[in-house]
Amino acid sequence: MPTLLALDASSSACSCAVWRDGEVFSRFALTPREHTRRLMPMIDEVLTEAGLVPADLDALAYGRGPGSFTGLRIAAGVAQGLAFGLGRPLIGVSTLQALALAAHRQHHLRYVIPALDARMNEIYVAAYHCRDGQLTPLLDEAVMAPQRFSLPEACRDADWSGVGSGWTLWDSMPPLIQDALSQRLPDMQPAAAEMARLAAEAFAAGQGQPAHAVQPVYLRDRVAWQRG
Amino acid sequence: MRVLGIETSCDETGVALYDTDRGLLADVLYSQIAMHGEYGGVVPELASRDHTRKLLPLIQEALDAARLARDELDGIAYTAGPGLVGALMVGASTAHGLARALNIPVLGVHHMEGHLLAPMLEDEPPAFPFVALLVSGGHTQLVEVGGLGRYRLLGESVDDAAGEAFDKAAKMLGLAYPGGPQVARLAERGDPRRFRFPRPMTDRPGLDFSFSGLKTHTLTAANKLRDEAGELIDQDRADIARAFEEAVVDTLVIKCRRALDQTGLKRLVVAGGVSANARLRERLGVEVAKRGARAYYPRGRFCTDNGAMIAYVGAQRLLAGERDDTTMRAVPRWPLDRLTPPAS
Repeated sequence: MPTLLALDASSSACSCAVWRDGEVFSRFALTPREHTRRLMPMIDEVLTEAGLVPADLDALAYGRGPGSFTGLRIAAGVAQGLAFGLGRPLIGVSTLQALALAAHRQHHLRYVIPALDARMNEIYVAAYHCRDGQLTPLLDEAVMAPQRFSLPEACRDADWSGVGSGWTLWDSMPPLIQDALSQRLPDMQPAAAEMARLAAEAFAAGQGQPAHAVQPVYLRDRVAWQRG
Repeated sequence: MRVLGIETSCDETGVALYDTDRGLLADVLYSQIAMHGEYGGVVPELASRDHTRKLLPLIQEALDAARLARDELDGIAYTAGPGLVGALMVGASTAHGLARALNIPVLGVHHMEGHLLAPMLEDEPPAFPFVALLVSGGHTQLVEVGGLGRYRLLGESVDDAAGEAFDKAAKMLGLAYPGGPQVARLAERGDPRRFRFPRPMTDRPGLDFSFSGLKTHTLTAANKLRDEAGELIDQDRADIARAFEEAVVDTLVIKCRRALDQTGLKRLVVAGGVSANARLRERLGVEVAKRGARAYYPRGRFCTDNGAMIAYVGAQRLLAGERDDTTMRAVPRWPLDRLTPPAS
């Protein structure tokens, strides 16, 4: 079994987790604007708790987005620096998938719509079917106005749940979505503990990559306007 | 001590390796200028994204060039400020991650201290103390340098930086971004007697600069010609560029002269992007010769942003035992005279 470290700074929370032989050691804190101060000490703490030093790690992982652009790059920088320095593979984990897994594991939800507030009146959103810890994507990750969101054709009548900060834009969601949702958990944040679990599977499936190849996934790519 | 230097404060990704015994071992750079040119200026979010894409490949390239393995590094230095906060964060986070992996010290350094000490990378470096003119797209400052971390600000621009004024003048003359160097090229063919722009803040004592008024003069001269003749011909552009350049250079020279007189120092370091300007070097050469003084310039590629100057400054401070704690530092505004010598 591999040993790996996952870290995340994609939201107002900051977290890291070690996966060691199926056991997860993690730290999570709501630290708006404090990621640059909190992330490294958290990594040290969690490694110490797991009885590891960086050289013991087989792979690194980070929340590759979508999320706060600067937060994604902080996690990317630290994770890439660690992976490059140790000569270990890196795995980018979807923050939306991590949210869905958290909802599934903690609340036994099966049809999950993770959504994050993308500001500018948009959300980052995806949809998953979760069963026995396995996640099947039903919609591609996308950034869109909440008004434009619609459920995947095939599972319109499923028992859907919404998780993540995107659901604070409830009033902008189409009535069809509001009706279809049996519950929403807008306070859930992406966390490294779930990322470590997802990364361990990805690593076992041979999906680790050279550090420089694992770039943040911003989804919103229109961030500047060309002249005339 | 072998130190990796990382520069990501604006639109250049720079990486270098400096050895305190053997000097500079490698220096690589990726410039984003072409990308930002499409937008008429630096777009911070695009700059940050590009740093994240380019930084690790550049670090590998520098290690390869120096024939060094990662674990042969003894320390890492990165630009902690001043600069674009998101761009700085890329260098800071990567440096901290890498340092933790290699179990070596890491230190965030001041970008302008890098520029100040860039001439130390040359064969005949200036001895302390000296006067430094830092003149770039972001800064115009005169600094008295007593030693590493001993800086006294003598004067600075109260508005636009000289390089910024060059870029804005270029825009008014219809040149593509970043047009500063093109203004200088155009000025070579210009008639210095056709227009005369004022030399701002030279008629009073003090070492501060102001360049924003020159924009207005440039625009007024260009508009007047357009109104009279219907268009600007090439010679008009060249003549305006010449008048503009003469005004900027003259102002910089007058203040440097004053700074040397005021401090009684005989060494003048000129650094930053505008220090590559040929007319400025020619005029300063005459002035320092008159005083029995000497001017020092970094080589062309170290006039603009680069990793070498960061590796150099970082090496000096790391060698003295200075290092970051666990906080990744990104300080967008950071006055140079807030720096101190390394704490021993």
